[in-house]
Amino acid sequence: MSKAFFIDTSRCTACRGCQVACKEWHELPATKTRQRGTHQNPVDLNPYTYKLVRFREHKVNDTVKWNFFPDQCRHCLEAPCKDVADNYVKGAVVRDEETGAIIYTELTKQLPNKAFEEMRSDCPYDIPRRHDGTGLIVKCDMCIDRVSNGLLPMCVKTCPSGAMNFGARKEMLNMANKRLAVLKREYPKAQLVDEDDVNVIYLITEKPEFYHDFVLAQGFGAITRKAALAKLVSPVKAQLRPLQNLFA
Amino acid sequence: MTNHWIDIKNTDCALIMGSNAAEHHPICFKWVLKAKEERGAKIVHVDPKFSRTSARSDFHVPLRSGTDIPFLGGMIKYIIEKKKYFKEYVTEYTNASFIVNKKFAFKNGLFSGFNAKEKKYDKSSWKFDLDGKGVPKKDKTLKDSRCVFQLLKKHYDRYDLNKVSSITGVPKKEILRVYELFAATGSPKKAGTIMYALGWTQHTVGVQNIRASAIIQLLLGNIGIAGGGINALRGEPNVQGSTDHCILYHILPGYLGLPRANWPKLDDYLKANTPVSNDPASANWWQHKPKYMVSLLKGWFGDAATKENGFGYDWLPKGDKGGDYSYLWLFDKMYKGKIKGGSIWATNPAQSVPNSNKVRKAMENLDWLSMAEIHHNETTDFWHRPGADPKKIKTEVFLLPSCHRVEKEGSVSNSGRWLLWHHKATPPQGKSKSMGEIIVEIMNKVRSLYREQSGVFAEPILNLDWPNYYNAENMAKKINGYYTAGPKKGQQVPSFGALKDDGSTVCLNWLYAGSYTEEAGNKAKRRDYTQTPMQAKIGLYPKFSWNWPVNRRILYNRLSVDKNGRPWDPARTVIKWNGTKWEGDVPDGGWPPLATGKGRYPFIMRKEGHGQLFGPGRAEGPFPEHYEPIETPVKKHPFSKQLNNPCAKIMDSDADMRAKPADPRYPIVLTTYSLTEHWCGGGETRNVPWLLEAEPQLYVEMSPELAKEKGIKNGEVVAVESARGRVEAVAMVTIRIRPFKILGKTVHEIGMPFFAGWTTPGVGDATNRLCIAAGDPNTTIPEFKACCVNIKKATSITELA
Repeated sequence: MSKAFFIDTSRCTACRGCQVACKEWHELPATKTRQRGTHQNPVDLNPYTYKLVRFREHKVNDTVKWNFFPDQCRHCLEAPCKDVADNYVKGAVVRDEETGAIIYTELTKQLPNKAFEEMRSDCPYDIPRRHDGTGLIVKCDMCIDRVSNGLLPMCVKTCPSGAMNFGARKEMLNMANKRLAVLKREYPKAQLVDEDDVNVIYLITEKPEFYHDFVLAQGFGAITRKAALAKLVSPVKAQLRPLQNLFA
Repeated sequence: MTNHWIDIKNTDCALIMGSNAAEHHPICFKWVLKAKEERGAKIVHVDPKFSRTSARSDFHVPLRSGTDIPFLGGMIKYIIEKKKYFKEYVTEYTNASFIVNKKFAFKNGLFSGFNAKEKKYDKSSWKFDLDGKGVPKKDKTLKDSRCVFQLLKKHYDRYDLNKVSSITGVPKKEILRVYELFAATGSPKKAGTIMYALGWTQHTVGVQNIRASAIIQLLLGNIGIAGGGINALRGEPNVQGSTDHCILYHILPGYLGLPRANWPKLDDYLKANTPVSNDPASANWWQHKPKYMVSLLKGWFGDAATKENGFGYDWLPKGDKGGDYSYLWLFDKMYKGKIKGGSIWATNPAQSVPNSNKVRKAMENLDWLSMAEIHHNETTDFWHRPGADPKKIKTEVFLLPSCHRVEKEGSVSNSGRWLLWHHKATPPQGKSKSMGEIIVEIMNKVRSLYREQSGVFAEPILNLDWPNYYNAENMAKKINGYYTAGPKKGQQVPSFGALKDDGSTVCLNWLYAGSYTEEAGNKAKRRDYTQTPMQAKIGLYPKFSWNWPVNRRILYNRLSVDKNGRPWDPARTVIKWNGTKWEGDVPDGGWPPLATGKGRYPFIMRKEGHGQLFGPGRAEGPFPEHYEPIETPVKKHPFSKQLNNPCAKIMDSDADMRAKPADPRYPIVLTTYSLTEHWCGGGETRNVPWLLEAEPQLYVEMSPELAKEKGIKNGEVVAVESARGRVEAVAMVTIRIRPFKILGKTVHEIGMPFFAGWTTPGVGDATNRLCIAAGDPNTTIPEFKACCVNIKKATSITELA
């Protein structure tokens, strides 16, 4: 039975305990950042940041909405990044059968840059990042070392508000659907994000674009299932990316 | 907190005001969200800016900094007019029915007895009329025009919606929305909690902000019940524990008053500080003060403490009568060259004290300074700060390496007064030591010097019962206290009930007596989840850690029951009388219910035993009244001609420049605050790379409207200026800040965190260089939350480079 996260953004207070705990557990160094007129820092996921709390604010009918999105790899049931990597170096990206975790291994260093670019552009959520120096491709690893020893992922362990949850996929889906039913009453736009395709199930209460540009999969189904098609699509997506970054 | 963190889940409505709870007390929001999800509780956030707390609340109401009393005063009026108060509770448990002396008056914003020259009140008219037995006269119909209830009603009658709205900047509709929701908790079966923090205290009317909330909670019957209370959210720096053990200048451990020169002998002190009640139904718990004071002195001076020398009271330093030794005055004296040297430990005043430019300059007058820190900070390194010439600064600075708190064991008292033990996780690095070890070692050296060479007035030093080395466990034992004579000599006392005023007991803090006993050992280490089904209903864990006083989890819990000991709300029972004894929490005293005729009034710490709607103990009046911050964007306010708190403590050195009321040079209100990612002044967290990565630089939050007016773009560096200083910050232009409409005019407010300091390169420098050194007359807490500034695009950037 695979594992899943349930991330209830309606409970997130953006304390960033998850972001910091993730870096601490993975011994990832801090990067040099600047205050740019927002709390979100670092600017984006990077080779040293696998988990990032994103901040976005809007005014609706003169009421302020401030949304927090603790972003991370979704551990897709059928991961496009794995499909891409498999075409180049077998074993660079693997699925842990026990948990369903998508794991990037040391072999990702051997992937040509073209492969990385495809992996990133095919990722519906814009997650993979590559170290300039070592060439290692990195992202959230579901704290596979902790989970396989019966511990919770670090971000879940740290979360004080109940936003981050982790357990058997069935159990998480159950929890997510129950919570959704409650929230729907107050927030008609509440939804679970791509819950049939991923093992990191987000619950959001506003429109996806009120959180982040890559909340929903960008044309998910077709790409996951057909790596070949993905290759055709990716150059187009690569061109689109700079535009999307403008809004990030 | 009158209650505790878990108890927040029991509330029907949480009014979060003067606090950014989600950001500064992240764990507490777990319980706030539980209340919301499991009980359908309403969460209301009233605060100048929309923060992460607002994002998770049902709604947010922005109000101008420094106008909490108008907002709350209007709510008092609303509760009385709409009869939303809990009548039986108010009549029986508060002083609403007490008859006030006819000389007491309020006119033109001032109460009777004001002495303008001394900025002090003669409080002789702020008292109750007494009957023949010396007990306050009462009118339980609450109709007598001189009863507290009628005076309260009259006082707040002036706080109508129009006036409240015009001065707070909150639209009337929003004000009413809050009043209606919160006043609904006046029903006996509803509970409302108030969660506040430094947003209320750090004003020249700080204490009266909290008084106003106390009046509201007493009217609504929200004190002493599950899901209710006035909850001062106390922070990670062990604020609760350090206050209990007298980090403040005006008290000794356990909230015993500071000895003063006008009480030269112990008897004088005890007579002046021990209240006497003539009402047999009033427990008047402070009548036991002599036992607590003598046991404390006995703890300090051991065998040398005898009845003849006042148990060592004679050796204690005494404050002048009315002398204020808070840090505002301390640095004022230092600035004026009246202090030659001293120790500053575990605090960073060159960064965290208002008007920090003055503080930094003041420190140059010191010959020597000893500091204990884990990192260099703006205070340890003040002598080579930007703009200073180290060659011209004479101060010799000793920096003692203190270890981190995870490198030592000891106790922390959390906000709910739970005493929690923490173990040493790792040994101290290098030659660093815990501050306990450092102070014990230094004092032993001083003592041996005195022994060898003698010195003036050596008794207080040589007679101390001082350990040879520091041991946290031994300290905990002594804080609890033990017998020094009799058959139990050497044994731990079971509770403060055992303490004596004859020198036969030692106790370093009576509130903590019972925390370390013979039968249970160190109760701060208890992690037992056992509870009764009744306790389980309200999340009460009596065997987890230990709670002062006497393991009572909810203070004033006798208020949660009627005079027969029956809970007002059986679904949220805190205590109940089963006919022979109390069940549930540890009650405020074991007496049977009041109706038996053998009971005691529930406010056992008050002389008269009643909750104080009329609070004659405060410096500036028995009822909270609106006064503007010392620096204010208005020249007048709608409630009286008295613009500022008439008793405020305002520093007046040549470095304490101030903006005039509605000063055109400084038209913008500045409020300051902490943030999740940095701890207090950031002296520690700026050295944690991941936290600095998340919040790397000083910023100033402002509305898009103000940014447009000033031609400032998001992310640009701006200069913020007050009459006292200039600070660079990155503009964070956000819809979360809104301009206010005050008395018909637009008033802008901006907000800045205070974590930055120049010793961390590129982060920025102290926000407190802008803030004003003016204090509340009761506590002298500075007005960090409101001063007046201006902003403009920075033409040259040095601090954020």
